[in-house]
Amino acid sequence: MSTVSALGKQRTPLRPARILLHTFLVATALAWLAPLLWALYAALRPYAETSTKGYVSWPDKLSLDNFTNAYVQSDMMHYFGNTLLIAVPAVLVTLFLSSMVAFYVSRFDFRVNLFLLLVFTAGNLLPQQVIITPLYRLYLLIDLPGITMSGKLYDSALGLVLIHVAFQSGFCAFVLANYMRSLPHELTEAALVDGASVWRLYWQIVLPLCKPAMAALATLLSIWIYNDFFWAIVLISTGENMPITSALNNLSGQYFTDPNLVAAGALLTAIPTLIVYFALQRQFVSGLTLGANKG
Amino acid sequence: MTATSDTGIGTGTTSTPGTAAVPPPGPPNDMTAHQKKRLRVRLGHRRLLTRRDRITLGLMAGVPTILHVALVWLTALASIALAFTTWDGIGFDSITWVGLQNFRELFTSNPQFWPAVEHNVIWFVVLILIPTPFGLFLAVQLDKKIRFSRVYQTAFFLPVVVSMAVIGFVWQLVYNPDTGLINSLIGANEPGHYIDWIGDPDLNLWAILIAASWRHTGYMMILYLAGLKGVDPSLREATALDGANEWQTFKNVIFPTLRPTNTVVLVVTIIEALRAFDLVFVFNKGAQGTELLSILVTNNIIGESSRIGYGSAIAVVLLVISLAVIIPYLIATFRKERRA
Repeated sequence: MSTVSALGKQRTPLRPARILLHTFLVATALAWLAPLLWALYAALRPYAETSTKGYVSWPDKLSLDNFTNAYVQSDMMHYFGNTLLIAVPAVLVTLFLSSMVAFYVSRFDFRVNLFLLLVFTAGNLLPQQVIITPLYRLYLLIDLPGITMSGKLYDSALGLVLIHVAFQSGFCAFVLANYMRSLPHELTEAALVDGASVWRLYWQIVLPLCKPAMAALATLLSIWIYNDFFWAIVLISTGENMPITSALNNLSGQYFTDPNLVAAGALLTAIPTLIVYFALQRQFVSGLTLGANKG
Repeated sequence: MTATSDTGIGTGTTSTPGTAAVPPPGPPNDMTAHQKKRLRVRLGHRRLLTRRDRITLGLMAGVPTILHVALVWLTALASIALAFTTWDGIGFDSITWVGLQNFRELFTSNPQFWPAVEHNVIWFVVLILIPTPFGLFLAVQLDKKIRFSRVYQTAFFLPVVVSMAVIGFVWQLVYNPDTGLINSLIGANEPGHYIDWIGDPDLNLWAILIAASWRHTGYMMILYLAGLKGVDPSLREATALDGANEWQTFKNVIFPTLRPTNTVVLVVTIIEALRAFDLVFVFNKGAQGTELLSILVTNNIIGESSRIGYGSAIAVVLLVISLAVIIPYLIATFRKERRA
């Protein structure tokens, strides 16, 4: 017994089987990165060079020109700004609302709890296209003169924030309810007996204890909402109002003759998510496995 | 439903629905006492709540619920209602009830509908047969406490972090007929010798599925890695002492304990196959050979022809298939959770 666990603990010496495994993993990992590296390589080369020498060729010159051009020509800063305007409120409001539902469901034993949670979770699993047609019509119907730039819910950042909140709160409510259930009941009971209000229990006792789960969810949500393509494609019509991922679609339409520029644009778009991922890898992965039901 | 809690239930406690009703002797007595106490305290809760607390609680649960139900469930119901009508979207008085006509037309005379259904099915079959087992295989390898595990994990997982739209653009650089990587490598980039990966209706779905599988593998790997963390180490040690080889250990010990993860993986993969949209939209907007149900719905909204009733009928098909998967899964999960 002890020898086995000792074997498991120590860094195993490089036996042939291990070498084989590492060779396999290195090769597969490289193959996995190949499409992204290929995009990077294309983005680093000027179009003039690749159009004469072909894409599979040694570079004469590598430069960041495509990146700066894509950034400047497509006014990327503006679209990053649009995304920020959607993603920041959407993440915060989703966490706020879903934590309240989770608190209600997990700390108080009302009859509707299970049903409520079921409604939220199932809603989050639906394909977006199931609800898009009436939603699109609804957004066109709702007039918000002076509140949004378009005067309607349609074609506005507010509209996207609302649907992100509604859709994602299903997932977050489920994960947070599970998390809150694991907190000891005595914690809130004692405070309640002492006369603390329900709001205080939520805001000052339960919520601070949920920080790890909230951090994991915030990471996941910001990546998902940043990456959203569908809602933005359907619910935003003015190019100016588009978030970065759908704006990229327009960019590629304009510059499709220069794949190097499109490659640079695509990679620039991916950078913020990669930064978030590398900085908060642990939170991201734990969030994903906290609620493995996410599609 | 969470992979971790599922695994905990699967391997650890073996609670049965009967325990609460008929308390067996020994430790479970403790449990019922505990339950009684919880019941008492919870009843006490209600008495402790002031009027204001009740209003606060009502708002806390009510506001998010109204938002979610209004935007998700009421619109889903509206989709069902609209599926039985024709409507050009201009004014409510142009809504006319047509009964099953949209569905009849969809099933019998829409040339894109059955191919779309077939492609959604193919999408699922491919994802479950290729990237899913491969993701499991990678997870098992990376679970062996090897060096650089984190680095490998990151490489496989990176595609999951990047937007599907971006993935679409990146893979177009690989598939482009005259400038793409594949054709340049195999010399098929000369006019007349093109292999048109994106335009050829016999090829494009498979080309997109390679990109989709590329992404799905990393996702599955992470889910399985989380599942594998829940496998009891003493089980492995026992089988190692019994002299089982790696395959036997996997088949007889590890895979069976991954059952809860497998359920999650199956559901996630079905949902992914039903949701598939972004990649195809970026590639060729679902033209020739890449039709999907999600694409047909979207084309009925943002395309030139605004046939709302008809688009809704397709959405209803999607809704019915989704609910047939979601409801049994959630009921099973919630039942298990209530028991735990």
